[in-house]
Amino acid sequence: MTSQVVTGLGVSPGVVVGPVARLILRPELPPDDVELDPDEAYRQTSAALGAVAAELAAQARTAGAEAADILSAHVMILSDPVLAERIRGYLEEGHSRRSALDAAFGEFKDALAAGGDYFAERIADLEDLQYRVAAELLGVASGPLALPDRCILLARDLGPAEVLGLDPAAILAFVTEEGGRSSHTAIVARSLGLPAVVACHGACAIESGTTVLVDGRSGSVIVDPSQQDIDRSMAAEQARNAGLAAVRGPGRTRDGRSVELLVNIDTSYAAGAAADSEGVGLFRTEMLYLDRQTAPGRSEQQSHYEEVFAAFQGRKVVVRTLDAGADKPLPFIDAELELNPALGVRGIRVAARRPELLADQLAAIAAAARRCSAEVWVMAPMVSTVSEVRSFAASARGFGLNTVGVMAEVPALALRAGRVLQECDFISIGTNDLAQYTFAADRMLTALTELVDPWQPALLELMRITAEAGKLAAKPVGICGEAASDPLLAAVFVGLGVNSLSMSPISLSEVRASLASYTEQDCRHFAEVALQAESAVAARQLVQELAGRPQGSTSGSTGLPV
Amino acid sequence: MPQRRVTVGSSVGLHARPATILCTAASKQPVPVTIGREDGPAVDARSIVMVMSLRIKGGETVILQTEDAAGEAALDELARIVDSELDSVA
Repeated sequence: MTSQVVTGLGVSPGVVVGPVARLILRPELPPDDVELDPDEAYRQTSAALGAVAAELAAQARTAGAEAADILSAHVMILSDPVLAERIRGYLEEGHSRRSALDAAFGEFKDALAAGGDYFAERIADLEDLQYRVAAELLGVASGPLALPDRCILLARDLGPAEVLGLDPAAILAFVTEEGGRSSHTAIVARSLGLPAVVACHGACAIESGTTVLVDGRSGSVIVDPSQQDIDRSMAAEQARNAGLAAVRGPGRTRDGRSVELLVNIDTSYAAGAAADSEGVGLFRTEMLYLDRQTAPGRSEQQSHYEEVFAAFQGRKVVVRTLDAGADKPLPFIDAELELNPALGVRGIRVAARRPELLADQLAAIAAAARRCSAEVWVMAPMVSTVSEVRSFAASARGFGLNTVGVMAEVPALALRAGRVLQECDFISIGTNDLAQYTFAADRMLTALTELVDPWQPALLELMRITAEAGKLAAKPVGICGEAASDPLLAAVFVGLGVNSLSMSPISLSEVRASLASYTEQDCRHFAEVALQAESAVAARQLVQELAGRPQGSTSGSTGLPV
Repeated sequence: MPQRRVTVGSSVGLHARPATILCTAASKQPVPVTIGREDGPAVDARSIVMVMSLRIKGGETVILQTEDAAGEAALDELARIVDSELDSVA
């Protein structure tokens, strides 16, 4: 008897077998409650509010300081006597529980909407809280904490809210019905080192408790796998890992051209520090600032940076200054409501408004760098003009930071890379945002995924221009978007002239092995072919054919010559 | 109608942590108390969402009010809280 197989996009490698746990993210109460009288309905709803509040209060006790603040606010919201009164009022008017919750929470959402954009985040919180209350009333799991241990998490899709609170030790793998290569599930799975398959049509039909085998490389999900299925998949995975482990050390092409391989990290840097890499190509610093009422002070930042730098002794760490503002609102950055946050006052642009935020951060980075043996570089996000580069470089150097660069995310910067490199020491290309701005396409919209595909020839062209400028100026140009984790695209990037690639730790081995199997000339050839292709899909296919891989595989073989 | 005029002592104003402290105290009072700007709407001081949505900043002046003539003690207690620096992290 052949087992049923559903296939999706493998976005994080690994093979595991385990029971499925379905996460119902948007539980819906029945539209009417004919059997319930208002008093009973209120009793149940009130009990549900209390139960969710108690659960969150328990979480708050073991959470870090910033998370505890938010959780406490949520507990207060659920215990808000005005919320309870409004719900009771609607129930007495004859509303169903669902309708009463919608109406009462709706009133609160309106009140918050009037408060400005910090409160916009709390509106999302209210929606999440409303779902939790509904789930409590329905007796289903609506959140990560209701999941059994050692399960394969199955959901329609996973966003930041659902992932918050996940205990990585309890999850074996992720499978989602929707999503794409750069969706949140993929990013989280890769950073946790867990297998993941997204865009897996038919996955949501699998019942909780069913045993499945998940292959995060091929994208297959085998339902009720036979022992043969399991043995075969595990053996293939082990052979693959052995092949990858055989290639270690600094990145280089087959004929010895160096390509620095680095990791992307944020506040959780343990996996990055343990990985076989030459350092950090992107140290995201936002986590220090999120969920805070006031910005962290210099000494708090300094001790945090020291901790991270100490984990990378003797290696390079490239720190990205605060990337927040319109798209990631913070309460202490007084922002006006913007209709296009991605195009708004964010990243380095915030410094014009709040210069002390940047000054504090640079001072802290510099102070931490002086006390460590890591080689600390610093770069600014969302830089668009040469004068911004000049100004940032002057500030950073003023604090004693000697190697200063900028991110190329805005096409204008890439187009003027030569002038930019006269004012700073390096450029790091942020492929996700650069694609977004080059194609005027929201990277979060599933409908536009193809436009923000890093294989897009127009994007590669901008990268070529930037890398060329680096060569002329004899200054390094690197890539720090997740695109660098695609082993074949990594070879294309090397062919374009890029000097370093930074990615999540889990992707290092495969990229290292891939580069080791091609000469520099091979890489240049791949780049030429990709640049001249008609489309992202064509570029990928043509290079795959050249490289000798079977078409359709997302990560393919080790890349060793056949 | 008893009332108090208070200057907000919390440097970050009345949201999240400071609002939590105020609303918790208001919920413990025997009489309902409202809070609002002088020229603005008055909201139930027990409701964290209503208080946060006023977006009251540090240094602003607010009016605490109660309909109950016996509510002076409640007003004193809440005025004391609003007046103090609530944002110091323990």
